[in-house]
Amino acid sequence: MTLSYSDCRLCPVLQGARRLSTPSSFLTESMIQQAIGAKSHPINTVIEKGAIRRFAEAIGDSNPLYIDEVVARSSIHGGIIAPPTFLRSAGTVRPEIPFEIPFDRLLDGGSSWEYHSDIRAGDIITAVGTVTDMSERSGRVGLMIFITTEIRYTNQFEELVATQVNTTIRY
Amino acid sequence: MKCQDTYWEDLYEGFEIPSLTKEATTRQLVQYAGASGDFYEIHYDKDFAVSTGLSGVIIHGALKNAFLGTLMTDWAGPLGILRKLSCQYRGMDYPDQSLSAKGTVTRKYQENGRFLVDCDIHLENSSGEITTPGTATVELPCRNSAS
Repeated sequence: MTLSYSDCRLCPVLQGARRLSTPSSFLTESMIQQAIGAKSHPINTVIEKGAIRRFAEAIGDSNPLYIDEVVARSSIHGGIIAPPTFLRSAGTVRPEIPFEIPFDRLLDGGSSWEYHSDIRAGDIITAVGTVTDMSERSGRVGLMIFITTEIRYTNQFEELVATQVNTTIRY
Repeated sequence: MKCQDTYWEDLYEGFEIPSLTKEATTRQLVQYAGASGDFYEIHYDKDFAVSTGLSGVIIHGALKNAFLGTLMTDWAGPLGILRKLSCQYRGMDYPDQSLSAKGTVTRKYQENGRFLVDCDIHLENSSGEITTPGTATVELPCRNSAS
């Protein structure tokens, strides 16, 4: 019996069936080698003051550097900056992996950020993601594919402002 | 948020960063979905979350990452600069449950003229389980610095 994974997502009754249909292995060494180095298209985002404010409110951070122009201007930053994880809102990079991964479910495994320069209101940030690792592991929920992507964020002056290494789990 | 400055020379390995308590409501998860653009339904649609095998909607990993960011930037103060922030989502966290953000200084050093500290950081749930361990590096002002 062939089950479409996307159908399963819509029909909880099939969840058990999907579990049984989970393969014990999916990735081959050659697939991993094909995936590593896969790049996304660049995504450009204009960093808007209003978006920074809404993001700061959403994470419950009242730091005036994100919302108060007067305080931010007299700070070491010289103007409004974005919170450390604000770049999560700068689009989702999708590296072009040359094969389909037949799992719909997604979990975020974690992120590792490095900051080189402020992200300022008014900046234009370009994000490019590159797959740096891919692996699989069997767990309680069946087979899981771990995809590590390094996202480099540069500003309009072509300065590297930040990198984020993110692990996504597909299962 | 804290407005006083943290100075590098006042710190030592083992120093405990003032902890922060967060309790995300479902409303906050929706607000975060809107602000971040992450509209994956496991964060606000209970039926959907349950259909994927979760026990209910879960907090966005990236929102937990943001809480740890606030832990560090509040403590570093207006003269401090966050240089690195990393965390792993080892356990699910759910809305309307108390989460504590905590951290400890693990290394104090100078590098390329910068005064830095490395920290172990984490989020723990109300049962004391560490769901989100991580690390951070902060650059701090130094009173006696010539630079």
